[in-house]
Amino acid sequence: MEILVCARRVPDTSENEIELNSAGNDIERDDLVYSVNEPDNYAVEEALQIAGRAGGEVTVVTVGGDEDEEILRREMAMGANHGVLLSDEAFAGSDGRGIATILKDYVAKNHYDLILTGVQAEDGGAQVGGMLAAMLDYPFASLVNSIEVLEGRKLKIGREIEGGNKEMNEIDLPCVLSIQTGINEPRYVGMRGIRQVASVNIPTLGALDLGMPPDAAGEAAAKVKRLDYFVPEQGAGAEMLAGEREEVIDKLIELVRVKGGLQ
Amino acid sequence: MTNRIFTYIVHKSGVADDTAGELAAAARKIDASQPATAIVAGWGADLDTVCNSLRDSYAVIWKIARENLAYPNAELVRKALARVLPADCILLVPHAHFGVDLSPGLSVKMNAAYVSDVVQIDCLEGPFLRLVRQEFGGQVSTHVRCDISSGAVVNVRPGAFQALESAPAGGTVVDKSEEAGELAAGRRYLETLVAETGDVDIAKQAVLVSVGRGIQEKENVAIAEELAEAMGGAVSCSRPVVDAKWMAKSRQVGSSGQTVKPKVYLACGISGSFQHLAGIKGNPFIVAINKNPKAPIFRVADVGIVDDILEFLPAMTAKVRERSDA
Repeated sequence: MEILVCARRVPDTSENEIELNSAGNDIERDDLVYSVNEPDNYAVEEALQIAGRAGGEVTVVTVGGDEDEEILRREMAMGANHGVLLSDEAFAGSDGRGIATILKDYVAKNHYDLILTGVQAEDGGAQVGGMLAAMLDYPFASLVNSIEVLEGRKLKIGREIEGGNKEMNEIDLPCVLSIQTGINEPRYVGMRGIRQVASVNIPTLGALDLGMPPDAAGEAAAKVKRLDYFVPEQGAGAEMLAGEREEVIDKLIELVRVKGGLQ
Repeated sequence: MTNRIFTYIVHKSGVADDTAGELAAAARKIDASQPATAIVAGWGADLDTVCNSLRDSYAVIWKIARENLAYPNAELVRKALARVLPADCILLVPHAHFGVDLSPGLSVKMNAAYVSDVVQIDCLEGPFLRLVRQEFGGQVSTHVRCDISSGAVVNVRPGAFQALESAPAGGTVVDKSEEAGELAAGRRYLETLVAETGDVDIAKQAVLVSVGRGIQEKENVAIAEELAEAMGGAVSCSRPVVDAKWMAKSRQVGSSGQTVKPKVYLACGISGSFQHLAGIKGNPFIVAINKNPKAPIFRVADVGIVDDILEFLPAMTAKVRERSDA
């Protein structure tokens, strides 16, 4: 089974507070710690486990610039066989549809049985996987939290739906699945693993390599454009309890008692 | 505006989802001069019951009846909608598990723009629709401009719009089943596995001490359990805690977990994503304890405390125990 995982490099919200820059047109990106979009790690882990059982290789692809190569190396340190960077000035300013178009042109020149994405990115719309599937005319399933390989080029998959319930489906290969967090436990990547792939060549492909017309992606093709960033209004907000911890706890215990939370 | 507006109605067991009314309100924000058309896919008596119930809030209801739509398989519904919907229309869809499955691919098939998880609709500016989305778990918002000249699929966050009270619309149901054509897909629904309740039913607790990513590691869950025990409640958690396998799925509060309705909810190290908040009902007294003063949870909590839960929780446990010993 040849598996492609689409990954992205994003600001790591567990490491950063996200704030506005002074111009208000972007988040403050100086000093931001970036990492692999967390759900994408689950997708790579799932791909590695499936390839381990069913055979085949795992390729990780991302659309971006030179700085995005580090996440491909990280996923290769996890065990992915190949990394591919899709990079071109013509790709700048792409919306979700543009990213899906670039990936579609890459997939069309290769052969994959299964394509995985993370369920969504912190700043994204849970959209690229579904769009890619529609462009390829492959079946699609989102929020996937279990995968079993069946005979006859089929998978049995679970989708996470409301109330913690699980919707079971059968899906034909090739297909595109968006992977929900928690489906597995992504393996740890140590410094040794990173060092081992530090000098591996990662091919970079541009619009010309993919045979894409110049206006197929990028800013000109984007139907959706982010205009600015702002901090939403606070509303009434919480009554903040400040002061010494012991005093705060005394106040809180009294408030909770009044609300029926303590006898 | 010339783009006709449609709303996709999610329903179950003959009852339309709350989002049916919310989307009608959202549609009015885009264009108050035209009533939106509801579009409903399904089968049998349940489908007819839903269509009838919508006649109060919609002037026109399009019905797609097909036996293999008895369970809403997005792969089939997408094909049907791509054939039935007119070019250049705007379709509003609830941004929940079905909408996430349906909409991105549908926008491709309709050659329309797609915007997900919209929380506010600002205005029309010529061929552009201005919308508000949130990013980074609600820490920041963005205005988004969407070119609707060839139509748009807009996924709207459940609960972001309030259904409007209005006189019964006395709507008519139009059967569009013929136009949907043959429906087959490479994905087939098998069954739904219902979640297990686990050892403690958090839905029945009056006091919940709920932990998020801020608890940092599995061993630390014990400090929340001790406080819950001292208060006579139970521990629950947010999604990252379950993903990390620190607590069982049956303890997760949120749209993909349990819906709880306690009197008091202590959100400890929880940032407060909308998926998590969607699982808290009954207007409880919410206390947020978080190291990050900008955590979105402080916008919805009644009382907030900026502190490290790893130190705060044991200190509070000691005080609560002292009090009950006295």
